[in-house]
Amino acid sequence: MLILECPYCGVKAEETELHGGGQAHIKRETVGSDDDAFEHYLFTRANPRGVHLERWRHANGCGKWFHAARDTTTLEVFGTYPAQTFEPPKDIIDAITAKRPDWSFKNWQGAT
Amino acid sequence: MSNAVSALQGVTSKGFVTITEAGLRGMITLRGDLSSAKLKKAVKSAAGVDVPAQRACNSAGDKAVAWMSPDELLVMVPYAEVVDATSRLVKALEGEHALAVNVSDARAVFTIEGEGGREVLAKLSPVDLSRETFTTGMFRRTRLAQAAVAFWMRDETTFELVCFRSEAQYVFDVLSMSARTGSEVGFL
Repeated sequence: MLILECPYCGVKAEETELHGGGQAHIKRETVGSDDDAFEHYLFTRANPRGVHLERWRHANGCGKWFHAARDTTTLEVFGTYPAQTFEPPKDIIDAITAKRPDWSFKNWQGAT
Repeated sequence: MSNAVSALQGVTSKGFVTITEAGLRGMITLRGDLSSAKLKKAVKSAAGVDVPAQRACNSAGDKAVAWMSPDELLVMVPYAEVVDATSRLVKALEGEHALAVNVSDARAVFTIEGEGGREVLAKLSPVDLSRETFTTGMFRRTRLAQAAVAFWMRDETTFELVCFRSEAQYVFDVLSMSARTGSEVGFL
C-alpha cells in the first residue's frame, strides 16, 4: 500500500484516498507549438524503472493536486511537494540523490 | 416558501452505537485567503469562533467552523439562520477574492453516539482513530467505504459526520451495518 503525505493538509493518506495523475512536470504545448512538440505533449510519457516524479490528487480529502517523488520498483517514497513549481524543490532532490547518487532531474526521462 | 426536509428525515438505527440522521443544519462553504484579516473577522462575526488551524474544527454552542482545505472553510450555523448568515458573510467579504455559498440542502449530517463510535468509523475509513491520535476538535475529510465524507468529534462519545445528500442513504446503511450489535472489535 502506497502512503503519501499530502503537502496541503498534512494527512498521511493511503492510496485509496488518492487519485493518480500520471507524470509530473509536463510542458503543456499550446497555440503556436509545432506538431512534434504537441504530439510529444499529448502522447509520450516517461515510464522509468526507478525514480519517478508523479502527480497525485488528494481526492477523498482536501481535493488538491500535489507531486510525489518515488521509486517505481521499490515503491520507496522520497517525498511530496506542492504542485506550483516547474521542478522539484531542493530538499526532494537531496532526498533522492542521498539514496540514488546517479540521479539528476536533468537526466530524468520525463524532463523536457 | 417550501417546507425544507433533511435527506432521511431523522431516521435512527441502534446497534452498539446509535446512528441518527441529524436533520437540517445550516452549512456555508467559504473559499478565500484564510490568512486575510477581513475573512477572519467575517468568520468570527458569523460563527462566533476563530478560523480553525489546519485539520481542526472550532465550535461554540450550535455554531462551528471547520478547516476543509488551505483555501476552504465549512461554516455551520442553525438552519433557520443560514440564509441571513450567508448574506452577511458575502457583504463582509466585499472586495475580497472570496466566495460564500449556502450548501445546507446539498448535504446530510449524521451523529454517531456511544462508546464504540471510533470503531464504527475505523471499519470504514483509512484513518487512524486511536484515542491518542484522533481527538476532540480534529476534523478529517476522507472516504467512508465508497463515499466522500468529513467527520469530527463533538465530545469523547459523539461523532458528527457530513456527506453529500445524494449519498445519505448509502452512508446511513454502511454506518448501521458497521454498528451492528455483535460486530464489535474491541480494539479502539
